[in-house]
Amino acid sequence: MAPVDKSKVPWWVSNLIVPLVNLTLALLVSGLFIFIAGENPYEAVRLIIYGSFGYIEGFAYTLYYTTNFVFTGLAFAVAFHCRLFNIGGEGQAYIGGLGVFLVAINFSFLPVPIVWLLSIAGAVVFGAAWAFIPAYLQATRGSHVVITTIMFNFIAASLMVFLLVDVIRDTAQMGPHTVALPKEQWFPSFKDFAGLFGIKIRYSPLNISFLLAIAASVFVWFLVWKTRWGYEMRAVGHNTQAAIYAGISPYKNIIIAMCISGGLAGLLGVNEILGVHHKIVAGFPAGYGFTGIAVALMGRNHPIGIFPAAFLFGILYQGGSEVTFDMPNITRYMFVAVQGVIILFSGALENLFRPQIESFFVNRLNIKASA
Amino acid sequence: MEFLSDIASLINSTLRISTPLVFAAMAGIFAERSGVIDFSLEGKMLMAAFVAAVGSYFLGNPWLGLLLAIIACVSLSMLHGFASVTYKGDQVVSCVAINILIIGLTTALAAAWFGQAGLTPTLNEDQRFLEVNLPFAESLRDVTIIGTIYSDILSGHYIFVYLAYLSVPLVFWVVFKTSFGLRLRAVGENPSAVDTAGINVFAMRYKALAINGVLIAFAGAHLSTAVNANFFREMSAGRGYLALAAMIFGKWHPKTALIACLLFGFTDALQIRLQGVELPAIGEIPVQLIQALPYILTVVLLAGFVGKAIAPNAIGQPYIKER
Repeated sequence: MAPVDKSKVPWWVSNLIVPLVNLTLALLVSGLFIFIAGENPYEAVRLIIYGSFGYIEGFAYTLYYTTNFVFTGLAFAVAFHCRLFNIGGEGQAYIGGLGVFLVAINFSFLPVPIVWLLSIAGAVVFGAAWAFIPAYLQATRGSHVVITTIMFNFIAASLMVFLLVDVIRDTAQMGPHTVALPKEQWFPSFKDFAGLFGIKIRYSPLNISFLLAIAASVFVWFLVWKTRWGYEMRAVGHNTQAAIYAGISPYKNIIIAMCISGGLAGLLGVNEILGVHHKIVAGFPAGYGFTGIAVALMGRNHPIGIFPAAFLFGILYQGGSEVTFDMPNITRYMFVAVQGVIILFSGALENLFRPQIESFFVNRLNIKASA
Repeated sequence: MEFLSDIASLINSTLRISTPLVFAAMAGIFAERSGVIDFSLEGKMLMAAFVAAVGSYFLGNPWLGLLLAIIACVSLSMLHGFASVTYKGDQVVSCVAINILIIGLTTALAAAWFGQAGLTPTLNEDQRFLEVNLPFAESLRDVTIIGTIYSDILSGHYIFVYLAYLSVPLVFWVVFKTSFGLRLRAVGENPSAVDTAGINVFAMRYKALAINGVLIAFAGAHLSTAVNANFFREMSAGRGYLALAAMIFGKWHPKTALIACLLFGFTDALQIRLQGVELPAIGEIPVQLIQALPYILTVVLLAGFVGKAIAPNAIGQPYIKER
């Protein structure tokens, strides 16, 4: 098939139709998996939709997951624009959570809004610091970030378990977690807001971090597309040699891109610790870091795409937990597999039907134009 | 003599623990020498472990389990090739997709078929590989030094251990002494020159990936049908990445990659022995730090105190045949 002239392809074909076709393929394959596991895929879809939209608490959960995926999706996307595969979002989020907790507990004498701002800064700094070493090694020694960031996930997990067991554990309790933060530091939750309008709901993890996710999206959009630094970073990612000739330092940009990426992943800790658990619980990143990869690739690494992609994964997570309640043969790992399939079709195999789809639309538009 | 037997058992565990790493590193050499990045060793190893355990549970024969694992891993390699060689998708993304897919799928299917814990049923003696005792191992045991080396270190391993170390000279021979190996390396260094010489670049890369799939299947089968008697969630525990780091540290060469694998194996064997031991002057090292040692070592090795790693020239780039 002859390649189509890219400039003639309307934006909505390459950025809307093609991703939707890929997503459909991925969901069909996922349905096959559910069938192999011995359950009815059609019934699973019904449960997913009911679980994520069917009642107000469910919908709030969907938005809570969306918040996490926006953070980790943006994290992956920023590094990806510099052609870096930061698959260490999991570890960076874990350490970012440590930053949130340490700041909040040590500065509890300050007014609450200031503690919140400092905690957010703590999340960013800790997350960025955890991404710095892989970034430095990539920039100076060429050690591939995919391996080093994965190793840093393992190391973060060991470090946090060590801290939670031996150093900052709540000694009055059995489990590996810290003491709870003072109640006034907790982020206002959706339940509190709903209460103001007289709506009673049981419990909701959704909290004002959702607004932080929106702010982070705007920040990333501005940073990557509207600043000189964002341009330099994308230049390094697109063609390192050309960037060097233009006087752009790949060394500096690799490190900055990875640190911003790590900082964004660290924000997951804000949602989880100030918003939900109010303490550090062992293993709280729970795979959100990896899901961010799928979110970013599906959202074509742009905040405008990442937000709906994160929402879609929110539906899949929340609806998925509804499925695991009702279908004994399905565990949450099935939805990890679904993520893999989505990454495969919307990332690695994105060119599978792209030429056909693009030439189909270009030809149709040509016919229309000449008619 | 206790010191000597300590050393012997340490070397013995090093050989055993390095085995899956050696298979995976050799598998990685084939893929990467042909110019295809393979981070999916991790996922493939996990898939092989799952398929081998399930296959040999249902079929009652570990060799059949191994055969199925080989088929599964070659299929995954072909999928990687399909995405990144034929469709010129991003090779790293393809690998990440395969890894996440397999982590999810193996555990989900194990849970669906065998109950919520995500374990496969324990294999009995007929369904798994047993230790191989070399001839005369018992009678030679009491001979000093030689007896220790032969009976305590070399004998009594699973078949995979011997196969792994035999695979190293074999891989060396294939990659560096045959015309197939020459073409393989050329495809990874300068695919357009190879194309000009009339060799099909795509076919070479697919062949390399097929061999890669066969080798990595042995690593997985070793985990679930030899050292363990079942599959459990994420049992590959990062070994695919460790092996890849060993291969890079070994500069894409079988012999040096083997040394790096043994170094990882030794660190792991040592960390198991160090747990709970009081060291003079330092005291007891936290168990989490000891467990993190192989991962820290990986980063240190990749940081390359032996100099910057030079990858095959065309690695990671899809080959686009000119029209």
